[in-house]
Order: sequence, then structure tokens, then C-alpha cells
Amino acid sequence: MASIFPVVARELAPCEMSQASCNATFKGIGILFLTLALTLSMAFPTTRKAAAESPPKRAIILATTTSTQDSGLLDALIPIFQRKTGYVVKAIAVGTGEALAIGKRGEADVLLVHAPEAEEEFMAQGHGLHRKAVMHNNFVIVGPFDDPAKIKGMASAAEALKKLAQARMTFVSRGDGSGTHKVEQSLWKKAGIDPKGNWYLEAGQGMGEVLRITAQKRGYALTDRGTYLALRKGINLTILVEGDPALQNFYSVILVNPSKHTRVNRVGAQAFADFLVSVEAQALIKAFGVKEYGQPLFYPDAIK
Amino acid sequence: MDLIWEGIRQAFWLILQGDSEVLRITLLSLQVSGSAVLISLFLGIPLGTYLALARFPGRNLAVSLVNTGMGLPPVVVGLFVTLLLWRNGPLGILDLLFTPIAMIIAQVIIAAPIVTGLTIAAIQQLNPQLRLQLLALGASRLQLFWLLIREARLPLLAAIMAGFGGVISEVGAVMMVGGNIKGQTRVLTTATVLESRMGHFDLAIALGVILLLLSFVVNWALTWIQQQGRPR
Repeated sequence: MASIFPVVARELAPCEMSQASCNATFKGIGILFLTLALTLSMAFPTTRKAAAESPPKRAIILATTTSTQDSGLLDALIPIFQRKTGYVVKAIAVGTGEALAIGKRGEADVLLVHAPEAEEEFMAQGHGLHRKAVMHNNFVIVGPFDDPAKIKGMASAAEALKKLAQARMTFVSRGDGSGTHKVEQSLWKKAGIDPKGNWYLEAGQGMGEVLRITAQKRGYALTDRGTYLALRKGINLTILVEGDPALQNFYSVILVNPSKHTRVNRVGAQAFADFLVSVEAQALIKAFGVKEYGQPLFYPDAIK
Repeated sequence: MDLIWEGIRQAFWLILQGDSEVLRITLLSLQVSGSAVLISLFLGIPLGTYLALARFPGRNLAVSLVNTGMGLPPVVVGLFVTLLLWRNGPLGILDLLFTPIAMIIAQVIIAAPIVTGLTIAAIQQLNPQLRLQLLALGASRLQLFWLLIREARLPLLAAIMAGFGGVISEVGAVMMVGGNIKGQTRVLTTATVLESRMGHFDLAIALGVILLLLSFVVNWALTWIQQQGRPR
């Protein structure tokens, strides 16, 4: 059988092209595969080494909010924690609603979230082991510089929202069940308004995207101060309402209850939570962003 | 417009400097998508050839399914792979979620139907007489397969390009199953999303330009090989 093979090939190859160019194609494919295989094998030892250094239990899954990632805080804190402890932190940045849902299923070990009411419910249902305050910042209402609704300087955020609704000013909501969205909803409730209509846009996206949409639409939005400060350069929005106690934004760390889900890395989660409330991390949080924005983006709460 | 030029300028600067973070992200993109395409070839070419040649009831349905699979939305693939790989999911014991392996799995699911579908088309456009002639000359099944692949190499290379193009540019699935973790599962597309979300548009454009360059180099190499074999 094998002896027939070259005969067959020679018989048929000329039907389209010369044998030489045909072989060249295959040599080319061979070289390509070889290069690809080499790149892959060159690169994979590093991942394998990392995996060897960090057996499964050395990895911690942190479910957190987009604001901690988009502001760059996580990138400042996590490498320090990893160097100190040897754990590998897999930080998944989602909205607070999704982070809590992930925690409920035991898909994460530790949560860093900001929705006190939802967190209390989470704890009451026994999904969390411990909850500790880490830091806070505050929300602000931003809008265009000329402020057509004239809400600038209002003391009550709920009153300001009411005025926006009455004037049917474009308002861009996160609309994604995030911590920011939950605060916004409670403010509407306080204002006695059920926001509906074509002036009320539910973006369903992260804070950064929402600010960009708001700027493009010349509308208003509720945002955490940190994300606004981080993005301020690129968008044409200014802070109009701030300082209302209802606009406080508290971040807590929650250990996921391992008794409900056996695969939760309790020890690693504890180590990360301890790190977040340590003197070192709290000092880092306090100093974070000061150089770039002239004010802190987050205020530490664990150590006064 | 300034922003775009600034981004392009920065892209070349990042490449020239050999920025280690960008290099790592680029290499991971190439590794993940390269592996996914390789695996898809091993699955898709035999399967596509079989579907092109076989006669069995339900074949049309199978081919339709493959053709539908060519348009699988990456986020849907990402969602299903995430559900499967969750700690408490059916494959949770493997601890694969948020690793490059998980990203490769998702991309194989995206690329394999593309390779399979284009292989079916490539094999079917061969002259049916060729198959008869080969069989008459005494070719075994394996020889037949190999020779048909050889004859269809030009469209098959196009299948590789389409598969690679489909996964290197995909963001939905790798974002969901990889988690866009810095230094572990961040690839060019997810890094671009993150940078633009952070308002670093220049960097986002730079990453986009690097992605395009990478895609161009790979496709250029494949096209070069393809055109070597062009009938003269």
C-alpha cells in the first residue's frame, strides 16, 4: 500500500500545480507549526512554573466591584499582598450585585463590595463568615458645566434627583445591580419618584462607561468620586451635588462562609481580609491617588 | 483625531521599548489563540472532511449545525464554559476557571466550527472524480484523506485564517472565563476594554494597533504559505 502512495501523488499533483510548489506549501505549513509549537512551549513553562509555585489552595478568588479596579487601587494593593504571602489573587471585577451572587454560590473566597443593605442581607442568610469595614469614599452627582437643571450646590441628593426628574433631564443610570446602582435606587425611592421615561437611560455598564455616555449625552449621573476623579480629564462633566450623608459609600470585605461550600479557600481569604485592614494597606489606601488627583480616592476605615 | 495619532505613536513606542507588560499580554494572546486554532484544526479538519464525504441520514442537519456554530456568539460560549467550570459546576474539580486553559477551551469552541464548516466547503468543491480516481488507484482511507486535504490546501489555509481571526479578536468569552486578571489571563482584547474603561484611550488604541499588527503578521505568514502553493 505504502508504495502506491507516491505514485498516486505524482499522478494527481500536476492536475493543479507542480510537485515542487506543492511541497513548498507543505514545508511552509510545517515551519509554521514548528514555530507555533516553539512559541507555545517556550511560553508555557512560565505558566507551569507559576502553577507549581501556587497549588490550588494558594489561589484566592476575589470578587469585587469595577470601581476598585477601574480606579487602579487593586493593582496597587494586590502585588504587595502577593509578595508578602505568596498567595495568587484572582480579582474578578464585576458589579456588587454580581459579586454577592458569586459569593452566595461559593465561587469566590472573599468579596470587596459596597452595598451595606445587600451585604447585611447576605450575612443574615449565612453566606458570609465575617464582614469588616475597609474604607469609604462618597458618591457625587455630576452633570454638564452649564447645569441646565440648576442643581448645583443642593444639599440633598434626593431633592436634586427630584428636580432632574421634573425637568426631564437626561439621567444615565448604571442599571446593572451594582452598589452604585443600589444607592441610586434608594435615592429615587427617597425622592418618591419611580424613574421611567426616555430621559432615564439604563446603561447596564461599568462606571467609566456610564460617565462617558453621560458626557456624550450632556446628561447627569450618580458616580463614586474615585472613578470620576480618575476619568475627569477625558470627560466634560463637573461635580454638582456632594456632601449629603446619604451619599456615603462604604466598602466592606466579606469572607465567604466555607461551611456552605467546601471548596472555599478560607485561610487565603482570611489572609487577604487581614491584609486589607492592616496598618500597611490602610496607609496605602489613604495615600492612593493623592499625588495624581490632589486628594485621596478612598478613606481608610479600619484604622483611624 | 489627535487621540488616534497619539495612540498609534504610543503603540510603536511600546513595541520599540519592549514594554514587559505589553509583551506578556501579546504573548499570552498569541499562545491562547494559537493553541485554540491548532486544536481546532485537529478536530475540525477530520470532522469537516468526514461530513463532506459521508452519506448518512441527518447529514444535512449536522452540516447545518456546524454552519450555525460558525456564528456562535463568544459571550454565549463564555457563559456556558463558565457555568461548566465553576467550582460547584460539573467540571469544577479541575480548577480551570480564570486560567489560560479555560480561555483556550472557550476559543476552541468558537474556532472549531469555523474550521469544520470551511473544511466541508473546501472538500466539497473538489472534483468528485478525483475521489473516485484515488480509490480506483487503490488509496487507503488514510491516503484518501491526506490527498484530498492536499488538494484543498488553499481553501483550508483560508479556514485557518478565519479561525484565527475569529478568536484573536474575540473579547466576550476570554473576559468571562479568564476574568482579565493582570499577569495571568489578561490578553490584548480584554486589556483594551479595561484601558478604555479607565479612560486611557491612548493606551487602548495602542493595544488595538498591536492586536492588528499581530493579526497582520500571522495572516501575512499564512498568506505567504498559501500563495507559494498557487497554481502557476
